[in-house]
Amino acid sequence: MNARTKLEAAAAERILIFDGAFGTQIQNRKLSEEDYAGDLGLGADQKGNNDILALTRPDVIADITRSYLDAGSDVISTNTFSANRISQADYAAEDQVAAINIASGKIARELADEYEAKDGKPRFVAGAIGPTNKTLSLSPDVEDPGYREIDFDELTAVYKEQAAALIEGGCDFILIETVFDTLNAKAGIMAVKQLEAELGQEVPVMISMTLTDLSGRNLSGHTVEAFWYAVRHAKPLTIGLNCSFGADQLRPHVKALSALADTLIMAYPNAGLPNELGEYDEMPDTTAGLVKQWAQGGQVNILGGCCGSSPEHIKAIAEAVKGLPPREIPTPETAMRLSGLEAFTFAA
Amino acid sequence: MTGQSASSFINIGERTNVTGSAQFKKLIMADDYAAAVEVARSQVENGAQVIDVNMDEGLLDAKHAMTTFLKLIAAEPDIARVPVMIDSSKWDVIEAGLKCVSGKPIVNSISMKEGEEQFLEQARKCMAYGAAVVVMAFDEAGQADTKERKVEICKRAYDLLVGIGFPPEDIIFDPNVFAVATGIEDHDRYGLDFIEACTEIKKQCPHVKTSGGLSNLSFSFRGNETVRRAMHSVFLYHAIPAGLDMAIVNAGQLDVYDTIDPVLRDACEDVILMRPVEGEDSATERLINLAESFKGKSKEDDKQAAEWRGWEVSKRLEHALVKGIDAHIVDDTEIMRAQIFEAGGRPIEVIEGPLMDGMNVVGDLFGSGKMFLPQVVKSARVMKKAVGHLIPFIEAEKELLPEAERTSKGTIIMATVKGDVHDIGKNIVGVVLQCNGYEVVDMGVMVPWQDILKAANDHKADMIGLSGLITPSLDEMVTVAEEMQAAGMTMPLLIGGATTSRVHTALKIDPVYDGPVIHVLDASRAVGVASKLLSDTLRDPFVEETSNEYEKVRVARAGKSEKALLPLKEARGNFYDAFLSDKPAPPLQPGDHLFEEWPLDDLVKVFDWTPFFRAWELHGVYPRILEDEVVGEAARNLKADADAMLEKIIAEKWLTAKAVVGLWPCARAHDCRDDVMIHLSEAKHIRMPFLRQQVIKSRDRANMCLADFIDPAGDWIGGFVVGIHGIEPHIEAFRADKDDYSDILLKALADRFAEALAERLHQHVRTDLWGYAPGEQLTNEALIKEQYRGIRPAPGYPAVPDHSLKPILFDMLNAEAKIGVSLTESFAMLPTAAVSGLYFGHPESQYFGVAKIGQDQLEDYAKRRLVDIAVAERWLRPNL
Repeated sequence: MNARTKLEAAAAERILIFDGAFGTQIQNRKLSEEDYAGDLGLGADQKGNNDILALTRPDVIADITRSYLDAGSDVISTNTFSANRISQADYAAEDQVAAINIASGKIARELADEYEAKDGKPRFVAGAIGPTNKTLSLSPDVEDPGYREIDFDELTAVYKEQAAALIEGGCDFILIETVFDTLNAKAGIMAVKQLEAELGQEVPVMISMTLTDLSGRNLSGHTVEAFWYAVRHAKPLTIGLNCSFGADQLRPHVKALSALADTLIMAYPNAGLPNELGEYDEMPDTTAGLVKQWAQGGQVNILGGCCGSSPEHIKAIAEAVKGLPPREIPTPETAMRLSGLEAFTFAA
Repeated sequence: MTGQSASSFINIGERTNVTGSAQFKKLIMADDYAAAVEVARSQVENGAQVIDVNMDEGLLDAKHAMTTFLKLIAAEPDIARVPVMIDSSKWDVIEAGLKCVSGKPIVNSISMKEGEEQFLEQARKCMAYGAAVVVMAFDEAGQADTKERKVEICKRAYDLLVGIGFPPEDIIFDPNVFAVATGIEDHDRYGLDFIEACTEIKKQCPHVKTSGGLSNLSFSFRGNETVRRAMHSVFLYHAIPAGLDMAIVNAGQLDVYDTIDPVLRDACEDVILMRPVEGEDSATERLINLAESFKGKSKEDDKQAAEWRGWEVSKRLEHALVKGIDAHIVDDTEIMRAQIFEAGGRPIEVIEGPLMDGMNVVGDLFGSGKMFLPQVVKSARVMKKAVGHLIPFIEAEKELLPEAERTSKGTIIMATVKGDVHDIGKNIVGVVLQCNGYEVVDMGVMVPWQDILKAANDHKADMIGLSGLITPSLDEMVTVAEEMQAAGMTMPLLIGGATTSRVHTALKIDPVYDGPVIHVLDASRAVGVASKLLSDTLRDPFVEETSNEYEKVRVARAGKSEKALLPLKEARGNFYDAFLSDKPAPPLQPGDHLFEEWPLDDLVKVFDWTPFFRAWELHGVYPRILEDEVVGEAARNLKADADAMLEKIIAEKWLTAKAVVGLWPCARAHDCRDDVMIHLSEAKHIRMPFLRQQVIKSRDRANMCLADFIDPAGDWIGGFVVGIHGIEPHIEAFRADKDDYSDILLKALADRFAEALAERLHQHVRTDLWGYAPGEQLTNEALIKEQYRGIRPAPGYPAVPDHSLKPILFDMLNAEAKIGVSLTESFAMLPTAAVSGLYFGHPESQYFGVAKIGQDQLEDYAKRRLVDIAVAERWLRPNL
């Protein structure tokens, strides 16, 4: 049984648990510049380059991953949100991209295997790919709305480099997450398709969108429904929402997506909205209570946390949804479904 | 269409098709993309559910035109809301288009014209990009004309596509609409064959759709719009029930079937449906004859779109801003300006009045989620055009003013703070501000406060805008504000970015900076804020209002408790337990040492070049940066210029490097373990109080204080000040020459000299003056990495955050008299290329950050410093 069918089988039985934030967990450990920099001798200040820790402080990453597995995560992700050539360039660490992703994949793989061997419950590793800080759909220059900082082929190559290293490191799936620009996600999908062709094997993708306004659009302006139609060709293992706002504000959009998508739904919101000081202070029980409502509504298959969530949040979520039936995947009517910023369905 | 189920039929606009619209072609050929975009907008406003974009014209670079246009309409939410049909006969144009479209488009078209292999290859790519596809009824033998050929080709293509996993619901067959009524008998069946083929294809190929390009049908009647519209409407009226799902047609130019002149309608139906006709004339001849009488009867249908043009001018301006329509903005702005002028007003009032009102509406809509980012950016562009029109008037008005009253154009420094790499928001604010006539100096991402302040000074900025997305950036913004305060700046500071907030700004940033601090909620508000801050009349009330508002926030917050800190007593109990018997031996040469002219060439040898390049935004470690693929060349050129200037500096003695060092006996105070008593002489004892960390520590880590490294039984401590003199006359000469480059270069080099002297001096202290490390042999690299014993913390830096210790240090060293380095009232050093600090020689001494302290330590510290709590509070505010 390959990882995809194994996960689908597990998800048919129960609601699976994803992990929570790395960023805030790392921040809490108050690492020094030296911890980040290690002895890589890179040309820039590494503090804040969380992804490089896979090389310089792998123990920290393993420790956090372990804490999520202990909290009940079935699917864990790699700490590689910014481990791509574009983002790493800000830290003069472009040459480390492959190494970071391979190392991150291995850390997660080994722990997933260790826990699976311990209790026989299947564990999965999702290789996380962030959106980069460049956008394919928007011009940074208002006087030249046709200008783009980067083009599709460049971004595809950046994603492919990362995806290939993640798979080499032992990841089961590629998680294209926090999608603020739908076209960026499409480049990510193209990268995975190219990788599949090279490897001669399926590389299942998980896709997760982030909303930037309460009306339910991402930064490139797509509604949840338009987004789903724009990425459905990836035949993703999961589709979902992460980051955005807290679970409370995300509720209507998870519900909408759940009704549309003929694949598994994975949602991992922030631990509430940041307070005025930029801190996430939603208590684990509160988050768990909110996502439990989604579970009770039969709207989710995999639940986890994003910014500000901790192992305590994940544990609380796991306990809250234990025993609740997973969402059943709907079979929507066959129809041509297109999208601009808004969805367009051409009824049969 | 009446009597039809119109909801299941798609109109695909053809007005953005150079082969279907002469007007559009003209615009594209003339490179007038702004007007071309308006064509797309009117199509969507007229009800097109999908817009077809075609740039296949021999004289055009179709690929360039396609991608340019697609990117432009992506910036127009009113247009981009509908899916796009990428229409070209050239695959490379299609593929280039697919790379620009963010939703799920339709590709129009692919076919088996060049064989199955290429057909499937292109189909696979459509699947990978995520696109539906129009398949032309075309095979190796040519275009299908008869019903049988159409059906046969489509069925073959269907089986091939489904065979590679292409979703059948994403296939659209175009069985080719050909011109009828051409006078050639073979063409008479074309309309009917198409209609009948649609029915059969849908039957044989489950889930597919059918489509056709309508304009071909009426090709014989070019120039006779009335007849063409009637033919199209009649054709659709019959084809839709037969299974036609979509058609490429000008959505604004279809007639309602029931309203077509019955005679014309019958004639069209006779032709299209091949109905038998009575009399001598064939159906075609009858339609041709009839057509003559309908020539030139074109409808005026622009009325509703232009309704807003009849509104009052300020409303029109608002509408144009909210909708992002720039077609009439210059005219309307001029009308508004003239009106205000008549009423005795000034041109600037057009901006401060109706235009800002419009932008505020945009801001409110954006804030409440009713408008989104691309629209705001669009609105900003309209604003820019309006402002662009007004600027000559504003300038002309200024010419009439006395010199002193002319205000210069506002310059804004924008930066994403250190540690943060998110810059989309900042870029948007930057362009919005630029649009409005401000000069924006964009410093990029991960910008340290030193660079921000330097740029603000270099550019003589009117304000600074900081951006950040991640939570640690909030602290960095406080740091920037603190440093602005320390540098004695007064310009407004704008705070923006996703995690920033009014409350954080009020609580943490506003209090550390005496100049105006304004939290800017989003990009659309930036202009309002900036214009108020630079307005002669609006600035003061706005600043006061904001400041009062923040004060209210602080009062409301005052009751709520902060993050838990250890009580000072307990923090002291968790002191750093240095092994005190390891303390260094007394100095070989205690007392004061003056260096009036440290050889410059000795300093150049220990230059840390990396920060020098960073000051020029060239990131990378020296010397590797010189070989860097991207910045290597720039770095090499800069280094060559720097070397040339260094040669002059040394040969012509432009600069003088001065330093003073003191090494004094001391002991940790017995009455307070955080103070060090420094014995300058038998009679003169100075208490040097330090701050202790109070943040709760994990893993047995100590709550550190610098005094922990000093033995209460007797020990030694040092102090130093270095300064680089002589820069001014050269800077003046460069300025007179308008040579900014040399100006910055010299300043950057002077900074390097100061840092190098501090480093070199510390080494001299370790090996000779104090002499606790006589055999130390360190490479320059090791020096830079501080791989030596002992530290030299500087007041104002994390371990000694209190800048106000500088005057004590300067007094102990008599630094101003001895080496001419003075302090401003906010404790900044002059000349600016200067470094000061203390020496600790204990092998365990280390750098740390004091961070947050509690009220108990504040009160205790004030007592030890012999100052009022209010004074100590001002000094230590960043740590409170």
